[in-house]
Amino acid sequence: MTYLLVIGTRKGLFTATATGDDRRRWELRGPHRLDKEDYANMAGVYAVGIDPRSRRILVGAESSHFGPSVWYSDDLGGTWHEPPHAPIAFPDDVDAGFTRVWQFAFGDEPGTVYAGVEPHALFRSTDGGQSFELVRPLWDHPHRAEWFPGAGGGAIHTVLPGRVTAEGTDPAAMTVAMSTGGVYQTRDNGATWNPAGRGISAVFLPEQFPEYGQCVHKVAIGADGVFYAQNHHGVYRSPDPAAGWTSIAQGLPSDFGFNFLAHPHRPGVGYVFPVISQECHLPPGDHLQVHRTDDAGESWHPDDKGLPQERYYGIVLRDGACTDGAADPGFYFGTRSGDVFATTDSAEEWSLVAAHLPDVLCVRAVEV
Amino acid sequence: MGVTVLLPQVLQADAGGAARIDILLGAPLDQAVQPPDGAAPAVTVRTVLDELARRHPGLDRRVRDERGRLRRYVNVFVDSDECRALQGLDTAVPDGAEVRILPSVAGG
Repeated sequence: MTYLLVIGTRKGLFTATATGDDRRRWELRGPHRLDKEDYANMAGVYAVGIDPRSRRILVGAESSHFGPSVWYSDDLGGTWHEPPHAPIAFPDDVDAGFTRVWQFAFGDEPGTVYAGVEPHALFRSTDGGQSFELVRPLWDHPHRAEWFPGAGGGAIHTVLPGRVTAEGTDPAAMTVAMSTGGVYQTRDNGATWNPAGRGISAVFLPEQFPEYGQCVHKVAIGADGVFYAQNHHGVYRSPDPAAGWTSIAQGLPSDFGFNFLAHPHRPGVGYVFPVISQECHLPPGDHLQVHRTDDAGESWHPDDKGLPQERYYGIVLRDGACTDGAADPGFYFGTRSGDVFATTDSAEEWSLVAAHLPDVLCVRAVEV
Repeated sequence: MGVTVLLPQVLQADAGGAARIDILLGAPLDQAVQPPDGAAPAVTVRTVLDELARRHPGLDRRVRDERGRLRRYVNVFVDSDECRALQGLDTAVPDGAEVRILPSVAGG
């Protein structure tokens, strides 16, 4: 089989292709020419999405001079297009300017794409990502005045459509997480939103465990529908976020980090990428560390075979890790030092996909 | 009145490849800049950018956001003066002026 890894960096978009199920040998391409002019080609790529049905790749990129936009490719990165109109823009009656896409997610209906953006907002597209409309009920939420930007900006950076229940997947449900603001859920297709972060800490607020307002860096859903969260201090698990969260940080070298990567098929299996503190975002012990749980966070063990053993200072950001979802799933992460690593469920070690890229901001992978 | 908009190479693709765009606006110069009723000048940087947006909407969103605000690291010079040092988008544009759009010292 062939596998495509799409890598968004601080200076442009790269892709890597592997032909072989061990996913150890990769051919790297990039930076891709998103546009006719160089400013877009060197733009920061903060979000990549690969439509699981159409294989369309969406890229949210941002030029420091000329602002953000969305580009797409329908030939796995061979050619790129930008809609003639602004794909994402706040409506005239909203005093906000679209800054950047932080995450794309795909809905149950073909062509439905969600974009979590900065400032804190969710947009929805029904035409495959060519035009988006603001999800008004979340924008108009009465809590909005109490959401504020963290160091990375104020954004919705986790968008999880659907929810697995005992009765099956509920397509009207959606979970979002934001920095800061916490976790919110809808059960009625976005018409109403309720906070769902009770039990997650907010070390920067007078109330340590508020109902909302936390800086939740990432939420992921396990294969059995259990939710996991990597918080600004704190790692958590919840079978039902509306009912609260439980700490699972015991045994990790740090409870701080930006990502949680859940196994697509095996319940209770997931990865975190610890960072030592909010004051100093470096790997613990100046050593690139990945920790894995096989029991839903009851215990953790280092999973760093094949990773650099020398001093290392790059960390993994919010969207800097992913799985390709294959039957023998590949797992991938990139660091701010520009290195990208891969492994598979059946492999015993990580291997290097690419080195010395610009800071890796996001990765997405798919079996093609 | 007429003004000439000068574009940096990086933005020319969004204007059909043009490096300079001549714009003719209807109001006579003296009425446009200082209307008798004391209202804001009718021909301003905003006026010029609005006309540019009408012709090349793809170019406008590189220069201004959806609220019509100039992007932080884009500079618009009216002849030799950057508009933020004057009245921003309300800066009057004289007849025959060159309006030059340039990326500022930023990025990296």
